[in-house]
Amino acid sequence: MTMLVVAEHDNRMLRPATLSAVTAAARIGGDIAVLVAGRECGAAARAAAQVSGVRTVLHADAAHYEHALAEELAPLIVKAAAGMSHVLAPATTFGKNIMPRVAAMLDVAQISDVVRVESPDTFVRPIYAGNALATVQSTDAVKVLTVRATGFDAAPAGGGNAGVVTLEPTPSTGLSAFVGQELTRSERPELTAAKVIVSGGRGLGSAENFRMIDALADKLGAAVGASRAAVDAGFVPNDYQVGQTGKIVAPELYIAVGISGAIQHLAGMKDSKVIVAINKDAEAPIFEVADYGLVADLFQAVPELIAALDK
Amino acid sequence: MKILVPIKRVVDANVRVRVKSDRSGVELANLKMAMNPFCEIAMEEAVRQQEAGTVKEIVAVTVGGAQCQDILRTALAMGADRAILVETDVEAQPLGVAKVLRAVADREKPEVIILGKQAIDDDNNQTGQMLAALLGWAQGTFASKLEFAGGGLRVTREVDGGLETLMLKLPAIVTTDLRLNEPRYVKLPNIMKAKKKPLDVIKAADLGVDLTSRLKVLKVEEPPARGGGIKVASVQELVHRLRNERKVI
Repeated sequence: MTMLVVAEHDNRMLRPATLSAVTAAARIGGDIAVLVAGRECGAAARAAAQVSGVRTVLHADAAHYEHALAEELAPLIVKAAAGMSHVLAPATTFGKNIMPRVAAMLDVAQISDVVRVESPDTFVRPIYAGNALATVQSTDAVKVLTVRATGFDAAPAGGGNAGVVTLEPTPSTGLSAFVGQELTRSERPELTAAKVIVSGGRGLGSAENFRMIDALADKLGAAVGASRAAVDAGFVPNDYQVGQTGKIVAPELYIAVGISGAIQHLAGMKDSKVIVAINKDAEAPIFEVADYGLVADLFQAVPELIAALDK
Repeated sequence: MKILVPIKRVVDANVRVRVKSDRSGVELANLKMAMNPFCEIAMEEAVRQQEAGTVKEIVAVTVGGAQCQDILRTALAMGADRAILVETDVEAQPLGVAKVLRAVADREKPEVIILGKQAIDDDNNQTGQMLAALLGWAQGTFASKLEFAGGGLRVTREVDGGLETLMLKLPAIVTTDLRLNEPRYVKLPNIMKAKKKPLDVIKAADLGVDLTSRLKVLKVEEPPARGGGIKVASVQELVHRLRNERKVI
């Protein structure tokens, strides 16, 4: 049995979620091949060859793979999947965009957001914003999965020694073209890989007040997240959103400030190890999942907390 | 230009579901049902494009039982010109739904199909991308902005790192993210008008689509509950506990 893991990378380095997908593949059991497709992505392919447990790296280089367009990558993945038992990708916006297209081309179902492997054909995934866990069995010849990074530890990035095989690019479909991107630049850790996250909600009241969250995060070396309400209100960009349809996180410590705790938000963070909630409304649902709840005015509590961390 | 808007009937977003005691699924009896929130955003976007003059006709479509007519009436009240119910008793999965929608697209020949990125019941996030594959069309998923430009469709997408803009050739598939728009409240006169708009019913079997499930749900369980937390009296107590009890700071 050979499995294909589709790597998410920036042409130089692998994204951490790729390493979780490798671990999921290892749980299924069998040989693991990693597909690295991009433009001048030799460095990423070499990085994939170092990952512990990887047997083969399939490296495809072409200009039309540079921006990971689904229309271009899907035919290549289908080609690379020939003879494979499973095709896996991280359940990030990269994998969520491309993999259903691959599954439909293969005429198989996709199993989204896998959090546990029960057997080579049976997987556990959350439904209803994580309020239920479904165990599903695939009857398809090829299993197409997206893997939720919070469910699997990252495979060690070193220690492997895979062979790199060059894959002939598929022709460009020309259906879509990359125009540009506006990426959030930050010195802080990446939200989905951070050990500590401080998230702010509607209670902050403004983009200006949200800087308090930044200050607290910087004090803790934490990443900054937000509830949907804070993103919709324009306090922070969309990529800060933690929740059912945003990012799924499970850090060691999650501090929710001014977040009421709608089920959609809880879906994105309730697997965190320790949850702290600071909210002036003692009845807020966030307190139901919090290990430590502080009923207080955040405008007093947060500066106090920043000061207390200095001591 | 014609836009097709496939929509789904789901349990209302504010309802907290419970797992059935026999672990066969979640309890849906007597719960409030509604149009999936991302589908509402898709409908709203189609109506705004029509109001801007780029779109002539909006056709809403859903796949399911007769009870799904209620969300089609809502779509008609929001501004759809026609609605189609593809009727089936099978609880169709994304690949099956995408095949039904391909058959509908073959009949209707829309230039653009706008769908919600994800249904809030099964959280699959698959149908739009699968439909794009089956039709061989371009796809702009997780859209936060749409503009018709230069004979194509310019789509801004919400991605993990921020925003990305693509240019799609038409015909194209778009799936909606939260920031695309804020759906309107349906007004009473529009609800009355919607009752007179055409709603066609097609049997799924007549479209010759195989809706057999490829995935078997073996069981559905409650997620592990979190241990009970405590309220702390002060910031000092909080810091003390995080440092000494949990050692996370």
